[in-house]
Formats: sequence, C-alpha cells, structure tokens
Amino acid sequence: MAVITIDKVSRWFGNVVAVNDVSMSIGPGITGLLGPNGAGKSTLIHMMSGFLAPSAGAVTLDGEAIWRNQQVYRKIGLVPERESMYDYLTGWEFVLANAELHGLADPGAAAERALALVEMEYAQDRRTGTYSKGMKQRVKMASALVHDPSVLLLDEPFNGMDPRQRLHLMELLRRFGADGRTVLFSSHILEEVEQLARHIEVVVAGRHAASGDFRKIRRLMTDRPHRYLVRSSDDRRLAAALIADGSTAGIELDWQERALRIQAINFQGFTTLLPKVAKEAGIRLYTVSPADESLESVFSYLVAS
Amino acid sequence: MNRTVARLTVRGLLGRRRGVLLLVVPALLLVISVIARGADVDKHDLAVNILGTLSLGTLVPILGLVVGTGVIATEIDDGSIVYLLAKPLPRWKIITTKLAVAIVTTWVFAAIPTLLAGLIIYGTKDNLAVAFTLGTLVSGAAYSAVFLLLGVVTRHAVVAGLAYALVWESLVGNFVSGAKTLSVQQWGLSVAKAVAADGSLTAPVALGVAIPLLIVITVAATVFASVRLAGMTLASEE
Repeated sequence: MAVITIDKVSRWFGNVVAVNDVSMSIGPGITGLLGPNGAGKSTLIHMMSGFLAPSAGAVTLDGEAIWRNQQVYRKIGLVPERESMYDYLTGWEFVLANAELHGLADPGAAAERALALVEMEYAQDRRTGTYSKGMKQRVKMASALVHDPSVLLLDEPFNGMDPRQRLHLMELLRRFGADGRTVLFSSHILEEVEQLARHIEVVVAGRHAASGDFRKIRRLMTDRPHRYLVRSSDDRRLAAALIADGSTAGIELDWQERALRIQAINFQGFTTLLPKVAKEAGIRLYTVSPADESLESVFSYLVAS
Repeated sequence: MNRTVARLTVRGLLGRRRGVLLLVVPALLLVISVIARGADVDKHDLAVNILGTLSLGTLVPILGLVVGTGVIATEIDDGSIVYLLAKPLPRWKIITTKLAVAIVTTWVFAAIPTLLAGLIIYGTKDNLAVAFTLGTLVSGAAYSAVFLLLGVVTRHAVVAGLAYALVWESLVGNFVSGAKTLSVQQWGLSVAKAVAADGSLTAPVALGVAIPLLIVITVAATVFASVRLAGMTLASEE
C-alpha cells in the first residue's frame, strides 16, 4: 500500500499561481489526472516526484515528505514527459544503468525483467536515439519499473502515441494497477482517462475541480446545461413542443441563422426527447449540433459549479 | 564515486563530437611547440610564453570550461539528469563522480600536452616542463570544479565561464594586479614557480596564498554544486 497525499498544496512561480490549494490522496490502482493544457498537471506531478518544492502545503508518500528526500525513489518510478534519455545508449544499456543506479543486487536480471515487461527485448540493442516515440515511452517505462516500485508516476504518457501503442501502454498500466500498485498518469483527453482510470482527479486552472469515480465525472460533465443548434422543417412548432418538457431550459429563435438555439438541462433526457417530439409532430430535423462541446467549456463548467 | 554515473558521464563527454574538439586544442599546442622550437629566439622565454600564456592561460581554462560544463550542463539542459536524480543516490556522490571525470579528462587533454610541449621546446632544463605540468594539474582541477558548479547553477554556464576566463583572468588581470589574487590561472603559476628552478619563473601570487585558495575554491564549488543539485527543480513545460 503506497499512498501519495497532497495536503493543501499551492505552488506559485513569481506572480503566477500554477497550483492553488489542492488536496488529494492517491492510493493503489490507476488514477487519472485530467485537465486542459496548462492546468497545473505537470506542476503537481513534479511535486509528487520530488522535483519541485510546494510553495505551501505538504506532498508526502506514506507520511514521508517527498521533496529533498532521495529515499522515496526506492518506492517511486517516474516516467517523465521529456524525451531525452541518453540517446547514445542502447535500450539495454539505458535500462541496465537505471538498475545499477538504484543499487539493485542483480541489475542485469532486473533490466532483463523490465524490458520483457514492456516487450522491448527485440530492440534492446539499438540506440535509443533511433527509437520511435512509442518505443521511447516503453523503454522509459522499463527504466521506471526496473526496481519494482510501488508507485508509478507518468506525465502525459500517451502524447504523440499512435492508437496501437496507446492500447499497449493502457494494457500495461492496467496490469500494474491490478497488481496493487499506485499508478498516476496525467492527460488532457477525457476519453483517454476514462478508458483507463477508475478514479479521476480533475484540475483546471490550478484548482482541484472534481474528484471521484469515472462515472461520477462523466455525469458531472454530461449533466451540465448543453447548448444545441437545431434546424428543422418547422422551427416554431418544434420550439413550442420542446419547451413544454422539463429537460429544456430555454429556446431562442435565431432569425439570421434560421435555426433554434436550445439550452438543455438534462443531457440524457434531451437527446431522447428531441427526436421523439419531432416525430410526433411530423417535423423533420435537418441539423442537430452541440454548440459547446469543447473540453475547455466542459472544464470551465466544472470549475464554476 | 559511482561507477555507473562515471560511465555515463565519460560516454556523454567523449562519445560525441566533443571528443574530437577536445583533441584539436591540445594538438594545436603541440604543433605550435614543434614549429616554435625551430625559431631563433631565447628558448627560456619561448617556453615560459608558450607554457604560461598558451597552455596555462588558454588551453587549461578552455578545456576546463568545455569539460566542466560538459559533464553536467548538457544533461540538465535536455532533462536527462532526471534519470540520475530519481534514484536513491546521494547528490554529492553524483557531483564528486562527475567532478572526478572532469578533472581526469582535463588532465589528460591539458596536462599531458603541456608536459610534451615543455619537453619539445625546452627539454628538462630548469624543471620548466614539469613545473608547468603541475601548474596545469592544480588549476585544471580548480577550473573543473568551478565550471561544473556553473553548469549546475546557470543555464548560461558557458557564457558565464567564458566571461570569467576571458574578461576577469585575461583582461582585468592584466590591468588590475589585485585581480590576479583571485585567478585560478595565477594560482597555477604560483605552483609552477615553486617547482621550477630558482629565478626561472615569476608569479605575482604567493604560494602560501595560492594553495589555500585553490583548495577552498575547489571544495566550496563542489559542496555548493551538491547542495544545488539536491534542490534541483525541473522547469515545468506548461
């Protein structure tokens, strides 16, 4: 059992507040750290991995401070976002060096095991400088896993990976999570996090916006007021029929666009209501498009609520 | 000392183009020495000039700069230092290992060519060749420590190092004699003077001042670099 605790942590750089009074606790299993770019995810991961001191608050691993404490690296495996990793070494030399730096009793066997885990033995004798992005990511994983850590921290691990590499990495992380390790990864893509993480922590603009089960986060994100642009064969009649239902909060007739602007309260209710109402009234729907589905607007809603 | 850190450092330092660069400067010194040997001038003055100005005054600081910053600044710059730091490894061990690599490299590429150049020009007379070799050994070690520290504390280590070596030691030191007291190059010269035959060399800084300063600066730079590395912050890319 390894638990990272972030207790009332803030981090500022000069006048810029990157992380603002965040408290969260990350335990065994897979946790996804979700947020738009620049939300403070990397800052949080840097503090959790001991490469940044919190300006206020405490970041601890099983009660021990992480900052300026080299002993925590016996438990932590870190997969950094940056790619440079001693390009002149082969994959094997790189992972072996990491095993040696950990002071393991049998670094050779540990390196072998770690490379097998990420299925990179076939390319272990090539220089890492010649690797593709996905291969680099896997060798970085091997280097982080070489000492069998109970905590694995990954900063945007899926960035720039192709779908196949993404699936492979997800499967690997699932395995670690199932082993009872504490796995934390950051991402700005909801679908990615949802596919992998049971537990999701959302940060937006340096603040802790939401926390919980992926279903709860999904609900939070879908239950917000949605805006739609709808064009039909008879906009006025459709508007009249829709406003009668509880799932619609407001409708505007946009004359220039020749369309309806609809604000729905309940995502599920509205999406089933609209076709039903149209069919009963004999109205044809020409356009139904969500007006604010961008991730940014989803996040800003979460922060406001 | 950590063998893995040493191995990675040596390969990073000598493996790439920098290795060739490190050979060019000493080779130049030797070529000049061979050519100068044939010149019809006072050989003693020639040896003092070439070994003092070219070797101790130029070759050693340049090599110290390239090597001292090269053993750590490159890794900090590209972020790969994270693989050394995310380990239960005392920071002073990383620094002393890298310093040892830097010092030995500086010795190989600066002190040995200096000895050869001295022997080519002036043979073993007045003990000049050995004297300057010792001077380059001690100043090479001090330069390595100082420039390694610069590599840890600033992203502009090479510029800062050049400013020190060229502006302070060469320019200011030539006009303001007091500045020479705080010059690694002059300390090296003091050591050389102590070893060379009496009267064959002059040095503005007394040996009793130079040796303590050499030790203090080298040790202090190493300690400070270790402390700074322990609190190393990785710049957020956000």
